[in-house]
Amino acid sequence: MTKPESPRQDSVGKESAHTESASPEFDRRNFLKGAVVGGAAAASGAAAIAPESAQAQQPAAAPEPAGYAFFNLDEAAFIEALVDHMVPADDLTPKGTDVGINIYIDRALAGAWGKGDRLYMQGPWKKGVPSQGYQLPLTPAQLYRAGIEATNAHCRKTYGKSFDRLDETQREEVLVGLSSAKINFDSGLPVRVFWGALYQTVIEGMFSDPIYGGNRNKVGWQLIGFPGVIAVHRDHVAQYRGKPFPNKPVGIADMS
Amino acid sequence: MSTKLKEVDVVIVGLGWTGGILAKELAEAGMKVVALERGAARSSENDYSLPNIRDELRYVVRHDLMQNTARDTLTVRNNPTQEALPMRRLGSFLPGEVVGGSGVHWSGHTWRWTDMEFKVRSNYEERYGKKFIPDDMTIQDWGISYAELEPYYDKFERTAAVSGKAGNIAGKIQEGGNPFEAARAKEYPLPPLTPILASEMFSNAARNAGYHPFPRPSANASQAYTNPDGSQFGACQYCGYCQRFGCEANAKGSPHMTVIPLAMRSPNFELRANSWVTKVLKDSDGKKVTGVTYTNVLNGEEFEQPANIVLLCAYAINNVHLMLLSGIGQPYDPASGAGVVGKNYCYQTGASATLFFEGKYFNPFMNAGGSNATIDDFNINWGFDRGPHNFVGAYNVGGGFNTALPIGYRPVPSGTPQWGKAWKQATAKWYQTAMVINASGSVMANRNNYYDLDPTYRNAFGQPLMRMTFDYQTNEHRMGTHAANVINDIAKSMNPTKLNQAVARTNPWTVVPYQSTHNTGGTIMGTKPSDSVLNKYLQSWDCHNLFVVGANVFPHNSSYNPTGPVGALAYWTADAIKNKYVKNPGPLVQA
Ligand SMILES: Cc1cc2nc3c(=O)[nH]c(=O)nc-3n(C[C@H](O)[C@H](O)[C@H](O)COP(=O)(O)OP(=O)(O)OC[C@H]3O[C@@H](n4cnc5c(N)ncnc54)[C@H](O)[C@@H]3O)c2cc1C
Ligand code: SF4
Repeated sequence: MTKPESPRQDSVGKESAHTESASPEFDRRNFLKGAVVGGAAAASGAAAIAPESAQAQQPAAAPEPAGYAFFNLDEAAFIEALVDHMVPADDLTPKGTDVGINIYIDRALAGAWGKGDRLYMQGPWKKGVPSQGYQLPLTPAQLYRAGIEATNAHCRKTYGKSFDRLDETQREEVLVGLSSAKINFDSGLPVRVFWGALYQTVIEGMFSDPIYGGNRNKVGWQLIGFPGVIAVHRDHVAQYRGKPFPNKPVGIADMS
Repeated sequence: MSTKLKEVDVVIVGLGWTGGILAKELAEAGMKVVALERGAARSSENDYSLPNIRDELRYVVRHDLMQNTARDTLTVRNNPTQEALPMRRLGSFLPGEVVGGSGVHWSGHTWRWTDMEFKVRSNYEERYGKKFIPDDMTIQDWGISYAELEPYYDKFERTAAVSGKAGNIAGKIQEGGNPFEAARAKEYPLPPLTPILASEMFSNAARNAGYHPFPRPSANASQAYTNPDGSQFGACQYCGYCQRFGCEANAKGSPHMTVIPLAMRSPNFELRANSWVTKVLKDSDGKKVTGVTYTNVLNGEEFEQPANIVLLCAYAINNVHLMLLSGIGQPYDPASGAGVVGKNYCYQTGASATLFFEGKYFNPFMNAGGSNATIDDFNINWGFDRGPHNFVGAYNVGGGFNTALPIGYRPVPSGTPQWGKAWKQATAKWYQTAMVINASGSVMANRNNYYDLDPTYRNAFGQPLMRMTFDYQTNEHRMGTHAANVINDIAKSMNPTKLNQAVARTNPWTVVPYQSTHNTGGTIMGTKPSDSVLNKYLQSWDCHNLFVVGANVFPHNSSYNPTGPVGALAYWTADAIKNKYVKNPGPLVQA
């Protein structure tokens, strides 16, 4: 399924950091990087600064601003760009970050699932064949981290910038490359496995119950007319046979 | 060091459907019974309740009620030349881990398997000759008959509140039921579920094509019901959250609200949850078992529980693993064909089509576990001539939905982009206006499909994982092609706006995505110790006080879901223990 590992990937990844800081573009990430130094401080800095920019750009209904429990600044920029590209704002839904998909993914990766809960993590580690399923020695969080780094490395090599700074057409090109496994990561990380995890979590962030941070205001459910947790349909089977059911989804929090 | 406990009459390993049935029956018969269940106790009132039970992420995606693969899993491969690797997280099948087992979160489809399966080799040899069965197809007769099991099927259907329409009562074909079913003594305990639009449309199309659609029999109570034991059921709410969820309405026939509370009422019964059984112990000459060892998973403490009778009821896969770990019976060797433990592992196959009807609302979130319609014209219909198609086995075809929740079910026509505006538009347009027709097909036993112990990987208790070697054979591919054609013909006759056609599967079995928790074989029943592990009472040929109950006893897999015969055989075994074995302990069938 994947090409043999390339021994050079590590240095490519490191070198790319330079390319990026040399970039003339200015964004929130660089602003934060300059404003606060150090891990813990950066985290609280993000929380303190985010509200303004969030308020400025988001519809009035948007709840609390993004604060990340897992993603670092590069990763946050990547995931925000990704979900906004995959779920653009239009007449059907707000954009991915306004749906909270980035927050859903962040919380999932920071939590037990991201840390490898229920994942058999004993070696030896072998590549195996596709029919044997997931065989990497990585938790979902580690897979994500390595995948974002590898995707950004690809973007820098190809376009001279990280994913979040690409224009629409370039982002589309990257996603097509990831989803069709036309892109090969220099790091040796199997692109199909990363794409599989990425895609699945975007879908989860769009359609899981809002208690997990995504599907804000149940917009994912409204999009398709899924009623959510209310599911006492005994009489509805006949009543709504062949007819649309009222589109007023209810979530777990609405009933708690 | 393990602490040795006081001896009991019966120790039951695993408390799902089979363990629950045997616990109730034997405790009520006056035997001192202890059940050891690795999972925790959960209840309908507290856990399978609104609103928290309606959580697709938790129960479907993250497997909240299922076996934790960090603790124990299998290694898998497609054939004996491959190196098996661990199934690092669940995918293709989902063994349960909670008091009530998978019986808590099954869908409830409840079928009667017939002599078509129980006499499989004789049937095909008689009609098509010995050569029709490939040399490496290790199918054999089961050593039991439908007539023997009929009363026990009935008992299970009444216990589990099965809703359905009989097709054949005492030889008389019934309007609206399955005309191919074997004769039953009585009607189902409950009338069939209300058909949803998708199943109705499928039924009409199937009928027009000359087939015989009928409502799928299912343990989703079509109305409020009290079973013969006095267990109370609410009416099914067509909630759309059936498969992988506990039932909030108490309408799904499940052991945790039927047989288990009844066993708990008896002073003879004790349940120890969070107790993981690691081994069955044998006496010095290996002729009997003496009890089991287990670990309290809350603190790691080890115990030995001596017992006069040991019942393995730990699900089809785990039962075989325990037999291999305990060294009971001769492990199967595919090279020589010798040995029996691990032999004839089977699974199921399938094909499906998605039909898109612009402007037609199917409301895929309104359905019961079994509100589908089914045809058995290519299944238990012996009138269907397999000769020209050159396969052994059968498939059933159904139309409708089961648990069509949006993380997992978002049908779009092939070629739709996977993201972006066009993806959203298609997802919005088709979620409610598509329906599915699918086939579920049998898998015949094959010489190279089997279980043994893995040489490399270990579980949390330091024991070897079980290794599963499995793939589909040409026989299954041929059947899949036939099924895909039948599905596509029916689908086209319905004139959908768009159609994602069914395609026969030809690629190897894979450990992802979910296919079904219908694993069978490994400790098969039969007529003699040379080709089976258990006799027809599911009693070990090697150790007469050991019974192994579950789909692991099936010598091959049919197209039907397994729990009908699993439940019936549990009652059948309970009767054999109560009425025969206890009176005269020893082999119930002479080898
Ligand atoms: C999602 C899903 C849907 C299904 N739908 C259908 C359907 O519609 N129709 C149908 O016929 N079948 C269906 N099935 C299958 C059905 O649930 C099983 O056939 C049935 O539950 C088997 O009963 P059992 O007693 O053998 O195993 P279970 O009911 O699973 O019980 C086994 C118990 O043993 C425990 N156990 C395992 N190992 C140990 C150990 N070492 N020590 C202690 N305890 C242990 C487990 O935790 C579990 O509680 C479905 C299964 C799943 C998962
Ligand atoms: S579909 Fe019916 S039986 Fe199944 S969980 Fe819902 S209410 Fe219970």
